[in-house]
Amino acid sequence: MGRFIIRRLLIAIPTLLVISFVIFAILDLAPGDPTSGLPLTVPAEVREQIREALGFNKPFHIKYLLWLRQFVVYEPLSWLDQATGISIGDAANRTRIVSWQTRGPVTDLIVQRIPQTLWVLGSAYILGILVAVPVGVISAYKQYSWFDQLGTFFSMVGYSVPTFFTGLLMIIIFSVKLGWFPSFYNTMHEVTDWESFIFQIKQMIMPIIVLSFFNAAQLSRFTRSSVLDNLNQDYVRTARSKGLRERVVLLIHVLRNSLIPVITLMALGIPGIFAGAIITEQIFRINGMGQLLIIAIQGSDIPTVQTLVFIFAILIVVFNIVADVAYGLLDPRIRYD
Amino acid sequence: MATTSAPTTLVETTSHKHRSMWMDVWFQYRKHKGALIGMSILLFFVLAVLLGPYIWTVDSQYVDPLVANQAPTIAHPLGTDNLGRDLLASMLEGGRISLAVGFTAMLISLTIGVMIGLIAGYFPRMDGPLMRLTDMFFALPILPLLLVILMLFREPLRTAFGPETGIFLLMVIVIGITSWMQTARVVRGEVLSVKQQEFVTAAISIGTRQHRIIGRHIFPNVLSPVMVAAALGVASAILTESALSFLGLGFPPDFPTWGRLLFDGKDFLQLTPTRVIWPGLAISLTVLSVNFIGDGLRDALDPRLRGR
Repeated sequence: MGRFIIRRLLIAIPTLLVISFVIFAILDLAPGDPTSGLPLTVPAEVREQIREALGFNKPFHIKYLLWLRQFVVYEPLSWLDQATGISIGDAANRTRIVSWQTRGPVTDLIVQRIPQTLWVLGSAYILGILVAVPVGVISAYKQYSWFDQLGTFFSMVGYSVPTFFTGLLMIIIFSVKLGWFPSFYNTMHEVTDWESFIFQIKQMIMPIIVLSFFNAAQLSRFTRSSVLDNLNQDYVRTARSKGLRERVVLLIHVLRNSLIPVITLMALGIPGIFAGAIITEQIFRINGMGQLLIIAIQGSDIPTVQTLVFIFAILIVVFNIVADVAYGLLDPRIRYD
Repeated sequence: MATTSAPTTLVETTSHKHRSMWMDVWFQYRKHKGALIGMSILLFFVLAVLLGPYIWTVDSQYVDPLVANQAPTIAHPLGTDNLGRDLLASMLEGGRISLAVGFTAMLISLTIGVMIGLIAGYFPRMDGPLMRLTDMFFALPILPLLLVILMLFREPLRTAFGPETGIFLLMVIVIGITSWMQTARVVRGEVLSVKQQEFVTAAISIGTRQHRIIGRHIFPNVLSPVMVAAALGVASAILTESALSFLGLGFPPDFPTWGRLLFDGKDFLQLTPTRVIWPGLAISLTVLSVNFIGDGLRDALDPRLRGR
């Protein structure tokens, strides 16, 4: 297993290099300019100096390697420096990836945005799992019952109706018509007492329901078919004929086996949380990572976009490995050589 | 199975006369209620956007400030927007673009996926590199990349092909080349198993040329997963297009798609909530019915389920 993990990590490095190159290449074609946001009074030679200092005039491959060094070496070192105070190397002269919009390091921007994204989207994902697994198991166990019919229909709906429509629909119903919940997410809100805690819950309810409905739809479909596959296996008949109670057969024998692929899917879905953030944060005006990406794209802030997209790519690759490893750990039949 | 010649099926064949494979598929498909309803809804939408503009001849771009922000009335069955433009006309026109994007992007992605799947499955030497390529595409963060590409290439294509065609081309190509991977994987798997069967060996042994083997013997046998992938491809392409338009990076405001109408309507939730509901319902119903069609097709094309 250890060897498998190491080999998977080693394969991931060239994949990430290729992806980083693709992302860098696409964005380098962009017509943006780091000095376009400056006032017109800044003379041309100063602009040229700024471009020079940012390495904007260098040839393509040099720029790529410089960016890679910033991303892979400098940023983690600076982060280490800030977090623990240990500075390795020449910390003062290290150039960081700087946003063209805020003139500050991109990683600082991202660190500011992560909590909102994780809070809302993470809890939506967990709630989705908590709903999906029981629904999927009951649907499969009582196949073709009214519960199954209803569950299958709702999962199809949740799977097909885009979150930006369900989100806006909820805003129309619960914010505009009924006035129960605020229509946008206030990140400045601080939980200090019971009242503000209630408000925090209120503003989180709608985004969480919308997203968890979407996540639960996919997962429950998958859980259902996985449980169905297992219910027809011989070991289930054996367990029943041994005289085990139905509850034990279902919850211990069947459930454990059918959750193996479901857990893999859960791991694979985690990067999707961040992609989903792009749309959901736009609906409910949450200033998380997704919104940062949209703002950066609209303002042609190339360094921020590059960093964010590459982080998304890293998440996908990492959670692919996590899913593979989890599969191998959970299912002793799977042997990687 | 009705098509095999076992003695028990003799009675059946006399009562049903000749039934081709596609008739069999249709008989099985008809049993799936959701798929039938889905097909009629999709057909309704397609007919509506194709013929609708000839029946409802109101100009979708006609600005009339006197009737701005109206709820549905007889003169404007779906209401009007903040400039007093008729929403029914916009919906019909937008639906045309949305559905066209969905089908065209699906065709592009299907073509790429089937080609790569066939080549990777049939030629062992190409299998490794092509599957690595597929894996790499799977690891790309698709939605952020789509947004970035749209931002970068919007202007050049707009100047080259005009605003509507330019964005349309960009949209379908970009969606097409980022969504073929699933099809390629499924097709490759099917090709690998079909290739091992006797009729392919027979075809090779009588000296059939490779492109004939792939075209005549292998491709028809991998058609079922391709058809299912086609249905799901339309759904996901329509969803992607509307998501991009919803983020404000899709079609320009003068060429409204359903996603764009939703995007424009979301700032008027207090005043005219119907502006969001119509396009949202249209997108949701279309995607839902296409997904049901895909489900029905999957059941109908599975020979183990068919004829039971």
